[in-house]
Amino acid sequence: MKRLRMFLWGLVGLSLFLFGLFAYQLSQPKDEFVESAMIGEPMPEFDLRPAVEGYPGLATADLADGKPRLLNVFASWCVPCRAEAPHLETLRDNGAEIVAIAIRDRPEDVAAFLQVYGNPFTRIGADDISEVQLAIGSSGVPETFVIDGNGVITYQHIGDIRAEHVPLILEKLREAGA
Amino acid sequence: MIAEFGLVALWFAAALAGLQLFAGFLGLREGGEGIAVLARPAALVQALLCGLSFLMLLWLFARTDLSVALVANNSHSAKPMIFKLSGAWGNHEGSMLLWVTVMALAGGLIAFIERRLPERTMLATLGAQAFVALGFYAFLLFASNPFERLAVAPAEGNGLNPLLQDIGLAFHPPTLYFGYVGLSVAFSFVVGALLTRQVTPEFARVMRPWVLGAWVLLTLGIAAGSYWAYYELGWGGWWFWDPVENASLMPWLAATALLHSVSVLAARDALRAWTVMLGVIAFSMSMVGTFLVRSGILTSVHAFAVDPERGSFILALLALNIGGALAIFATRASTVAEGERFSILSREGGLVINNVALSAILGIVLLGTLYPLLTEAFDVRVSVGPPYFNPVGAIFLFPMLLALAIGPLLRWRQDSFARIRRPVIALAVTGVVAVIALWAITGIGILPLLGLALALMVAIGSVLPLRGRSLRRLPLSVWGMVIAHLGVAVTLFGMASDTAFQKERLVAVNVGDVVEVGPWSAQLEAVSPVAGPNWTAIEARLSLRYEGTEVAMANPQARSFWSPPTETSEVALTTRWNGQLYTALGNQAEDGRWQLRLWWKPFVTWIWYGGLLIGLGGVLALLGRVSGDIRRRVADRKIADRRADEAELAAETAS
Repeated sequence: MKRLRMFLWGLVGLSLFLFGLFAYQLSQPKDEFVESAMIGEPMPEFDLRPAVEGYPGLATADLADGKPRLLNVFASWCVPCRAEAPHLETLRDNGAEIVAIAIRDRPEDVAAFLQVYGNPFTRIGADDISEVQLAIGSSGVPETFVIDGNGVITYQHIGDIRAEHVPLILEKLREAGA
Repeated sequence: MIAEFGLVALWFAAALAGLQLFAGFLGLREGGEGIAVLARPAALVQALLCGLSFLMLLWLFARTDLSVALVANNSHSAKPMIFKLSGAWGNHEGSMLLWVTVMALAGGLIAFIERRLPERTMLATLGAQAFVALGFYAFLLFASNPFERLAVAPAEGNGLNPLLQDIGLAFHPPTLYFGYVGLSVAFSFVVGALLTRQVTPEFARVMRPWVLGAWVLLTLGIAAGSYWAYYELGWGGWWFWDPVENASLMPWLAATALLHSVSVLAARDALRAWTVMLGVIAFSMSMVGTFLVRSGILTSVHAFAVDPERGSFILALLALNIGGALAIFATRASTVAEGERFSILSREGGLVINNVALSAILGIVLLGTLYPLLTEAFDVRVSVGPPYFNPVGAIFLFPMLLALAIGPLLRWRQDSFARIRRPVIALAVTGVVAVIALWAITGIGILPLLGLALALMVAIGSVLPLRGRSLRRLPLSVWGMVIAHLGVAVTLFGMASDTAFQKERLVAVNVGDVVEVGPWSAQLEAVSPVAGPNWTAIEARLSLRYEGTEVAMANPQARSFWSPPTETSEVALTTRWNGQLYTALGNQAEDGRWQLRLWWKPFVTWIWYGGLLIGLGGVLALLGRVSGDIRRRVADRKIADRRADEAELAAETAS
């Protein structure tokens, strides 16, 4: 009998603790944003062939020359990449240097894509088996990374860049030393 | 006017709940008979008003009255009628109104028919029910008014999430809600019995149909939800240990234990404290579940409209109801005397094992669900998933299943091992042989291996109570037990064999290519666009062969709804008695090939067949109990009539 009563008061205490925890968590601002695990990581070693005639390919060494850049992961077959194209142009017009990796693409398709949607890129590497894409923690197209002058990832934007994202990305690029 | 009428009805219903609360509790005091007579009528009229209010909401949705905020946010004039109506409860406010309505209807029903308990206990029960209900009325009226008007009516509604435009989902949430509300009735009975110190077998008999009914609905609701996630979300799994799934599983676990406990109390006047505690915990878990789902403090795939203010409201109700009930229980612990004694080797003993194991699993699920919340307070983000829940839950699940296989063979109060030696040895041998054979032949993992062996043992154990009994004379409630236990075996078998033997292929194919998976081969014949009432889709035509013979076509779709624009995957399921082939169509790859996902899932459907059997068992037990109650009531009335006649006769003879 005594044990039952003690157990029950224990249960009351336990529920009070839980309610306290609930109340505390309710009062906390909810931040659902999960930081990319790649932030602060250096770019892996790679050397990609040019994805399209007339533009150089992309290698790790190109990213560690002291100048921060944007790295755009895209593909000619990706619909959101088309929507993103004008905002990449805006970024370039604001002084950002943008290099790109084309995922599982054919040179003629990339050329056609750039013909229609414009070419804000200085270098385009071809990643035919998503090797580099996976190594930098990108799970889809499009994604955009901010890389500082030492070739270290400082920011990852998942999904297409929309007009409202442009100032934030420019800010991140500035923080990376531009 | 309809919306205002509904709102007024709701306010009046809330006022009557207030009256019921006072009548119930003041009526308990000396000389309170005057006010006590109001309790039952208050509950009845409240039920009518609430029902009316809910009908008004249905009407608003049927007419798509866009001047009402809830309708504008959740409906659309182009939706089929059935989804317009289900839209009434497919949102926060409407579902809370449904909750309150069902609760009021249940209260009205007990006020109208329940006469077996002492009147004081009934008053306390109705008072407790009104207390719980008032909290929800306040929540509705102050924090989630379903009848709120918009200043300017929009031209068109916002639609309903197309994932929810599904017949299964139209009925999955209300089924669970009815289950939760049934548990709230059990909770009120427990509080009433505690307050008036009447934790008796009669109390257990009165409470039992509510627990049974709630448990059946929770079982069906969970099974339906699991099947919906399986075919609609396109992931091919049937349980994800997602916080919202856990939120529905925890009340079910408590209700399952309560169901067994309440039967012991009714039959043997034992396990009083267990019954009372489980009665409190079952409803507490329903409320904790509601809180976790609605407050948004846990991240879940079920993205409900989340609002911390509403969360605080439910938390306050939670603390009042649960804290209050537990405190009452603790102060009354001495009046809930232990009840009849029994030996460990007895039916009661088996059921205690069942209670302990279910409570432990409940604790494990609760801990796993809340653990991320606890660590987040220290800024550590974790997520708890199958690697924790499966093995840790199995530690208690497997012994419980052994008890399930043997327990029903035991006699009440005291039994001897000698009497049940033969079936127990037979079961043990079956189990060991099954484990060795499966291990040698298949080499599957330890959990599915034990699962398959236990499924066999439980299946045999569940039908053993039929041995040597006349099947025609067997009471419905025993049939219910046998079928429900068999259902557990069937479900377990489905889970274990799907886990152990499923085969998956994720491929990119051109039209004309053939893909092999398990005993199946599928040829992609064509990919073509199709159109529905409010969507367009790309549909694949797959011709399927099972072990070389042509059996069927499968047409998985990638569907795009245009208002609001949303993409869903409509998987195609090809069902055989021994499993399902699950096919889903993905995107077109850059080179023109189509992504296809093929998944052969042996015996996966048995999970839900088992769920249906468990539910059917519950329904039979409920029918058996209720018809028994009615028969007893008729018999009592006849005896009373005859006594009255005899007394009259005696009086006449005397004069």
